[in-house]
Amino acid sequence: MESCPSIKNILLLDSDGKRVAVKYYTDDWPTLAAKLAFENSVYTKTHKTNARSEAEIIMFDNHIVVYKFIQDLHFFVTGGDEENELILATVLQGFFDAVGLLLRNNVDKRTALENLDLILLCLDEIVDGGIVLETEASVIAGKVATNSLDGSGSFSEQTISQALATAREHLARSLLK
Amino acid sequence: MAQPLVKKDDDGDDEMDYSPFLGIEKGAVLQEARAFHDPQLDARRCSQVITKLLYLLNQGETFTKVEATEVFFAVTKLFQSKDTGLRRMVYLIIKELSPSNDEVIIVTSSLMKDMNSKTDMYRANAIRVLCRITDGTLLTQIERYLKQAIVDKNPVVASAALVSGIHLLQTNPEIVKRWSNEVQEAVQSRAALVQFHALALLHQIRQNDRLAVSKLVTSLTKGSVRSPLAQCLLIRYTSQVIRETNNSQSGERPFFDFLESCLRHKAEMVIFEAARAITELTGVTNRELTPAITVLQLFLSSSKPVLRFAAVRTLNKVAMTHPLAVTNCNIDMESLISDQNRSIATLAITTLLKTGNESSVDRLMKQITNFMSDIADEFKIVVVEAIRSLCLKFPLKYRSLMNFLSNILREEGGFEYKKAIVDSIVILIRDIPDAKENGLIHLCEFIEDCEFTYLSTQILHFLGNEGPKTSDPSKYIRYIYNRVILENATVRAAAVSTLAKFGALVGSLKPRIFVLLRRCLFDIDDEVRDRATLYLNTLQGDDSIGETDNDVKEFLFGSLDVPLSNLETSLQNYEPSEEPFDISSVPKEVKSQPLTEKKAPGKVPTGLGAPISNPTPTVDAYEKLISSIPEFSSFGKLFKSSAPVELTEAETEYAVSVVKHIFDGHVVFQYNCTNTIPEQLLENVTVFVDASEAEEFSEVVLKPLRSLPYDSPGQTFVAFEKPEGVPAVGKFSNLLKFIVKEVDPATGEAEDEGVEDEYQLEDLEIVAADYILKVGVSNFRNAWESMDPDSERVDEYGLGARESLAEAVSAVINLLGMQPCEGTDVVPSNSRSHSCLLSGIFIGNVKVLVRLSFGIDGPKQVAMKLTVRSDDPAISDAIHEIVANG
Repeated sequence: MESCPSIKNILLLDSDGKRVAVKYYTDDWPTLAAKLAFENSVYTKTHKTNARSEAEIIMFDNHIVVYKFIQDLHFFVTGGDEENELILATVLQGFFDAVGLLLRNNVDKRTALENLDLILLCLDEIVDGGIVLETEASVIAGKVATNSLDGSGSFSEQTISQALATAREHLARSLLK
Repeated sequence: MAQPLVKKDDDGDDEMDYSPFLGIEKGAVLQEARAFHDPQLDARRCSQVITKLLYLLNQGETFTKVEATEVFFAVTKLFQSKDTGLRRMVYLIIKELSPSNDEVIIVTSSLMKDMNSKTDMYRANAIRVLCRITDGTLLTQIERYLKQAIVDKNPVVASAALVSGIHLLQTNPEIVKRWSNEVQEAVQSRAALVQFHALALLHQIRQNDRLAVSKLVTSLTKGSVRSPLAQCLLIRYTSQVIRETNNSQSGERPFFDFLESCLRHKAEMVIFEAARAITELTGVTNRELTPAITVLQLFLSSSKPVLRFAAVRTLNKVAMTHPLAVTNCNIDMESLISDQNRSIATLAITTLLKTGNESSVDRLMKQITNFMSDIADEFKIVVVEAIRSLCLKFPLKYRSLMNFLSNILREEGGFEYKKAIVDSIVILIRDIPDAKENGLIHLCEFIEDCEFTYLSTQILHFLGNEGPKTSDPSKYIRYIYNRVILENATVRAAAVSTLAKFGALVGSLKPRIFVLLRRCLFDIDDEVRDRATLYLNTLQGDDSIGETDNDVKEFLFGSLDVPLSNLETSLQNYEPSEEPFDISSVPKEVKSQPLTEKKAPGKVPTGLGAPISNPTPTVDAYEKLISSIPEFSSFGKLFKSSAPVELTEAETEYAVSVVKHIFDGHVVFQYNCTNTIPEQLLENVTVFVDASEAEEFSEVVLKPLRSLPYDSPGQTFVAFEKPEGVPAVGKFSNLLKFIVKEVDPATGEAEDEGVEDEYQLEDLEIVAADYILKVGVSNFRNAWESMDPDSERVDEYGLGARESLAEAVSAVINLLGMQPCEGTDVVPSNSRSHSCLLSGIFIGNVKVLVRLSFGIDGPKQVAMKLTVRSDDPAISDAIHEIVANG
């Protein structure tokens, strides 16, 4: 236990257990199959629980997983079984709140996928190679947002692209009807 | 990788998922990546393409080598763009693509430029990317910049450099170690996370230098650490220093004040880390535990599940070593049984089972019964194991616990769960004689409706061993014969064998069993018919001479006196020929070393196959081993085998441990030797034992080990004669003697010529406890009162100054080597007096019971009253002698 607290993976799954964004930091799951199997067992063990108001926790296969749900998104942070559970929970909370800030509280799978670049940058800013980089949600979101906001007039451009996306979606729906 | 989202919209309903990545395809995205080559870069569009590429990678899509290289080169073009958002995405994808060494060179200059940029965000990210993809040669070029970055005033840049340092330390330690001055400076940073990262790196740089770590801890514990994460690290390092200082002397533990002060920190993370560190201190005292337990108790009623879980998990661990320290939390713990989170509930239950006292067992069992129905099998197994140890601790409660086990046995459950229950019942039957008949009936009822062939056959085998020894063996026959009618062939065959055992061992049942066995002759399965025929013909040796009868039983049910693995190898090597296979040709020496595997103390051996007559299965295995050696066959029955005692330090050239086998008039030392040098072959290995300090012993047999190759353990034996039935004690010094031959590591061939050599081992002692077997009694009071009061011997002893009452109690228990009964080996904290009940069997099969009353007064002076009863008054005196001399 002399080692630095370390995070084994961070997962963002949807309400069917499918990947939205995931990031693995260790070799505990060397293959894609092993990763998917882990995600599947995490999902099946947790999806019936109510982790909406407070983060929940589960331990299995020598891993501790803390998790929290909102809308159709499931947030998970995994650590080893010797890890301080509260550190994992702090990382989870940082991730969860940062995503909330970045998506302006429209936290659901669709918005997350539309802003996948923000989610991926967010993961990149929280943990680096298993070591916790930052846990304060506003700082994480700030670091991610500088890119999209202070860029060349991205604000207006973003609204245009959002409008385009909405239009595209409406078109898709009307075509399918 | 098919896109899961694509499938989704096939059902075409209105509620379908919309995804911006609908219908995305790798080929198309790779085409889009050509936009990166465009002279007029469209930053937004490029960002989107990178996001798509990252999405594909994230979904588990892989790029071929060529594809990855192509994308990588295209991406490097994007450094021309000034768009910061795009630059971030470029950093991200370079890390994901993890380019090869020759490719890295392309981006190095761009990244180095960014490392010196005015934009902090560029600097921080360029450092992280470059350190991720770089190799050692490049590192020397950028080292100067990294050192600067560590002390950069922007915390993000400093953290990026420090974290990269932590990663690089694994691959290029000598370079990173040169940064320690800068890192030291960063530890004093005002930014919380910089401090955390700097501390982590500094510790890793110095981790092999105990003194430096100790200094670091000393200076930082005086306070100046702001970040909770850094504080957690500091707590970990502090407990490491405490562990390594390990001055077991009484008195203040260094840094304990610091740990205790962390319990009052404002961050829960730190409080918990400190509480956990305290509970994990080696030899933690109750006084030290109390404040930690108090904060953990507060956490138990937190509204946050994570906090409750962390607290109950830690308390659960504490309960294994200090059950009484946790009892204060029992009320909070009981309310957690109904916790929504089943992990928390299970941990609470098992903790309660560990800390519960005899009177609370029944109430607990009621609560658990409700709880069991709605948890998963894996949790149930944990509970079953906890109940098993509880039952062993309070044998008087076996009835309610056994009933509980049989009830859950009837409910739904998977194989592992059922196996855990059956194993538990078997162990209880073995260790608690009173529970035997009850338990066997439960097992019988279980196999009436058991879907697992493995469990059915194991139980049938067990019934065959135990059933005939009960007061009314006939009542099991019906259950067994039902199996012959109703089950599959494997179970039927096992049932036939079990029936035959009853027939062979219980004379009165023999005719009736034969009727049943004859019916089995018409079974449709070969194996079942064969077994029935064999048993009928061999056991029918009607009313002939008793000796042949015994031979038959030995032939049918006796154990093979060769190790099974050896038999297996011999059978595999046997080539079909005219000559029949001869079982006596199978080597009897145990090659591998399953016997000497160290059993964790107190860990109950599991398994159905374990014999019941002996308290531990290892004794049986040793007995077989010893009796297979002709020189020792005249020594009679093995009384006791000690746990292996190491005679060498860890990691020496030769590892030797010894097992003491005690016989009535002999003692055999079994030296387990391992040669850890690949270049050597040892031959003719013996241990020269000097028994000059053990006057009553005289050496009779020396059995050398012919050859001891690298890493394959072997045994050599030395036997001593001693006065019959007398608990003679003495000290033996040991010298390992052997002929050493050089081995060519390439060919594995040994040279012909060897050199004689010797190796000093540590001394070995035969103590009084070696002559006492740990055998528990289920009802101490009954057993005590049934003993002859005239055999009672009482005396009082002063034990001098002791660290605590508990320490004194365990010292006396270890001295006598007897089994503590009814959980009396646990001393409540802060108590001034304690009674302890012990039972055991003295050499010569003499039952001994001991009552100990301890008292402690002010300056830690412990006094003890020792009352002994035994079958033989002389033995009662002997016990007093042991204590008086000990």
